[in-house]
Amino acid sequence: MVSIRNFSIIAHIDHGKSTLADRMIQLTGLADDRTFRDQILDSMDIERERGITIKSQAITLPYRSKDGNIYYLNLIDTPGHVDFSYEVSRALASCEGVLLLVDAAQGVQAQTVANLYLAMEHDLEVIPVINKIDLPAADVEGVMEQIETELGLDPFTSILCSAKEGTGVEDIMEAIVRRIPPPKGDAGKPLSALIFDAQYDAFRGTVAHCRIFDGTIKPGQTVRFMHNNTIYRIEEVGRFSLVREKKDKLEAGDVGYLLAGIKNVSDVSVGDTITDNDRPCDKPLPGFKEAKPVVFASIYPIASDDYEELAVALEKYKLNDASFTYQKDSSVALGQGFRCGFLGLLHLDIVQERLEREYDLSIILSVPSVRYRFTLKSGETIYIENPAHYPDPVNIAKCEEPHIRATMMFPERYLGAVMKLCIARRGENSRINYPSPGRAELQFELPLSSVIYDFYDNLKSLTQGYGSFDYDIIDYRESDLVLLDILVNGEKVDALSQIVHRKQARERALIACERLKEEIPRQMFKIAIQGAVGGEIIARSTISPFRKDVTAKCYGGDITRKRKLLEKQKKGKKRMKMVGSVSIPQSAFVAVLKSDQD
Amino acid sequence: MNDITKNLPGLYIHIPFCVSKCPYCNFYSITDQSALPAWIDALRLEMTIYADEFDTFDTIYLGGGTPSTLSPKALSSIIDDLYRTFSMADNGEFTMEANPGDMNDDVLSFIRDTPINRVNLGVQSFDDDILAYLGRRHDSKKARQALSLLRKKGGAHIGIDLIYGVPAQSMESWMTTLEEALRYKPEHLSCYELTVETDTPLGQRLGSRSEELVGEEQAYSFFMTTSERLEEAGYIHYEVSNFALREELRSRHNMKYWNHTPYLGLGPSAHSLKGNRRWWNFSSLERYIDDLRQNLLPVEDSETLDEEDLRLERIFLGLRTKEGIDGNEFSSFDPVQTGLLRQCMADGLLERRDNRIIPTRRGLALADQLAAAL
Repeated sequence: MVSIRNFSIIAHIDHGKSTLADRMIQLTGLADDRTFRDQILDSMDIERERGITIKSQAITLPYRSKDGNIYYLNLIDTPGHVDFSYEVSRALASCEGVLLLVDAAQGVQAQTVANLYLAMEHDLEVIPVINKIDLPAADVEGVMEQIETELGLDPFTSILCSAKEGTGVEDIMEAIVRRIPPPKGDAGKPLSALIFDAQYDAFRGTVAHCRIFDGTIKPGQTVRFMHNNTIYRIEEVGRFSLVREKKDKLEAGDVGYLLAGIKNVSDVSVGDTITDNDRPCDKPLPGFKEAKPVVFASIYPIASDDYEELAVALEKYKLNDASFTYQKDSSVALGQGFRCGFLGLLHLDIVQERLEREYDLSIILSVPSVRYRFTLKSGETIYIENPAHYPDPVNIAKCEEPHIRATMMFPERYLGAVMKLCIARRGENSRINYPSPGRAELQFELPLSSVIYDFYDNLKSLTQGYGSFDYDIIDYRESDLVLLDILVNGEKVDALSQIVHRKQARERALIACERLKEEIPRQMFKIAIQGAVGGEIIARSTISPFRKDVTAKCYGGDITRKRKLLEKQKKGKKRMKMVGSVSIPQSAFVAVLKSDQD
Repeated sequence: MNDITKNLPGLYIHIPFCVSKCPYCNFYSITDQSALPAWIDALRLEMTIYADEFDTFDTIYLGGGTPSTLSPKALSSIIDDLYRTFSMADNGEFTMEANPGDMNDDVLSFIRDTPINRVNLGVQSFDDDILAYLGRRHDSKKARQALSLLRKKGGAHIGIDLIYGVPAQSMESWMTTLEEALRYKPEHLSCYELTVETDTPLGQRLGSRSEELVGEEQAYSFFMTTSERLEEAGYIHYEVSNFALREELRSRHNMKYWNHTPYLGLGPSAHSLKGNRRWWNFSSLERYIDDLRQNLLPVEDSETLDEEDLRLERIFLGLRTKEGIDGNEFSSFDPVQTGLLRQCMADGLLERRDNRIIPTRRGLALADQLAAAL
């Protein structure tokens, strides 16, 4: 156990986390230059492009230190977005230390701060690393000052490096060995292991990633997942090399995987505690939460023929993402689809993108919604997360919506602007703290529905990228809700219906009408777009029809050209949805979905 | 015209010479006539190559370019070659395009003495400012003279080509031109909205300043007023830009393009269709002559139209003419398309007559939209 170090890397997007990880892998000789694929840890395309790690990844780096001993450095890579903060917290709970990576040219960023606080909550040793010192714009002095003032860390403990050029990487390895404490724990005690991730393997079923705190785990053992209360027989355990590397056992302090014939990723909960069924530990490890979807939206195929394909794609996607939920749904406007649940909007974006990219599907998403609570006059309480199921208003006794406590951190000078944003989003009960000079921590209670669209984007732009955001759902509160419908040429486009606060209905309706007017191409007929609550029209816009659209000449040489153009147009039309006789492009649905509320 | 001649192919000859290039035109032509004799030889060779594949034509069309640029002697030699290689159906339609500036006694007697029975005169406008903008080499006076002469001595039907929608052109100016054209009682009228192609000097000049062009609303009123006025004057608006005084005076040649009747195009850049194959020559006189000298066809490329291509063409071409589309084409429509079709009819863009779907005047103005939607 003295030879094990468990650590994670905290960094803002693009600060070079993946490059550093790659260099460390190369330095340990785990991958030679020939087998090396750049940025091995972020293996999914989307992660590479967006620089976002969606799932935790882990790898064991065998490293011979200058002291002559061999150490096993377990790198646990973490997702970096508020939607996945629970996953991050579980990954950090599995570590004893973190590398805090800061770009020498860009300096300390908000996201870094939020994750640093998480690390501090877990009492982890923090090693500041200033990366990209090779850049002409690098300002090492300035960054050191920020590390001291903004992060409250000793700047002289920082390590300078250029992951790109490989300088300083060995110093980092040495610091991990010397400064991060070896894991504590007792291999002789009853088993207690934390699941920090789970992935699907088409041949072996679910691969659970775990950190062993006490005890030993080995093939043949019968274990219990304490929260799910399920029992499995261990088939295989091992550690993460570039591929899974089978071992006889994992014991206290180790990070590794286990296979136990677990069929679905959903059968495993991140944060659950694994113990021995015959000799259980006293109590589960702290911090377990059930990852519940809080944002809901329906997904429809653009071409109804693609429904089956979509169903297959969702099933496959679900295999690897336990926090994603879905069930059948249907819309008059958009046909057969699925109602899906997400951890947040980024999660939703990622699912959408992967369905389009990996499964080559053209899909439309309905306006996202939270789960509302209605008390009917009959006394019955129902939860509604789909506007299509909105109860008849005459039967409603009380409407409630989920509220959150948002915690935002940013330089003090942005306080006024952020307060204004929160109040505009129906925020109340604010509290301000100043954790360090010049830095404000603002708490607000807000309806979840008012942050799921673009709150975080707004916060980031208001604070020039320095604002961090985290939230917890606190309770349901009474709210004056109405159902807003959007009609195109008199036909309700049910996928665009939204449950909104009465005060915001008109504004939201106007935005939807205007966005649709911009996005729906002019057609042969006049198109009327209306927003309605109950039977009352509260907003409208009109798209005037084409009057003249015809090529003047069409003789021998023009016909082929014209046909090819038409084929292209028709292909474009296939990506649109017909509502009555109006073709609505996917971008129109997206535009309404992204409605800016300000 | 009986059914047999209706299905006979048409012959198009692209005469690639102009005295001067008009800045809006994107048809292939050059002003240097030094290669004329070599071209005539090459054309003769090209005819010979197709002699086995084509025999009798129902229409011949000399286009370009500016056929009237050539001397009567050169034109006669081409026509002689033609008649030596192919034959013309009885009552065939033989059209020549001409520039008003070329109409002199020599040319007129040539026209009278050959089988040419239609002359399509590129008048474009009777407004000298518009003619100057279009870079035409004739003025309105010359156009009037040409039309009078042609009527008196040509012994052929007259077609007048006009252009509207020229920047800074008012409705008054256009209607004056139209009225003046009507005074000559042409058997045929083509009224084209000016199309600015990016690969022309005009397109380059206007660049992004397309605001100088007439807007959609104005183009619409030009189109509608033209159609209304000409129908009032007894013309049949039988295609988007084409009007005929009587059914039998429609351009039989052009109609072949629109109903997939075979046609053979000779000369640089000319297109041909036979069965479901369409092919076209290089838009280069040099290449055209070189290839034929080596007994090669100067074909740049070809395409084979499958049933779906043909169907799409039948629909978009049909939507451009008063012949319309066979109602059976729509039998495979899904409910959404059928609903759309019904709305187009309710909205007065299309009408049904004898199981054909026919565009109305407003429908013709929207033919490209209709084609994209249906």
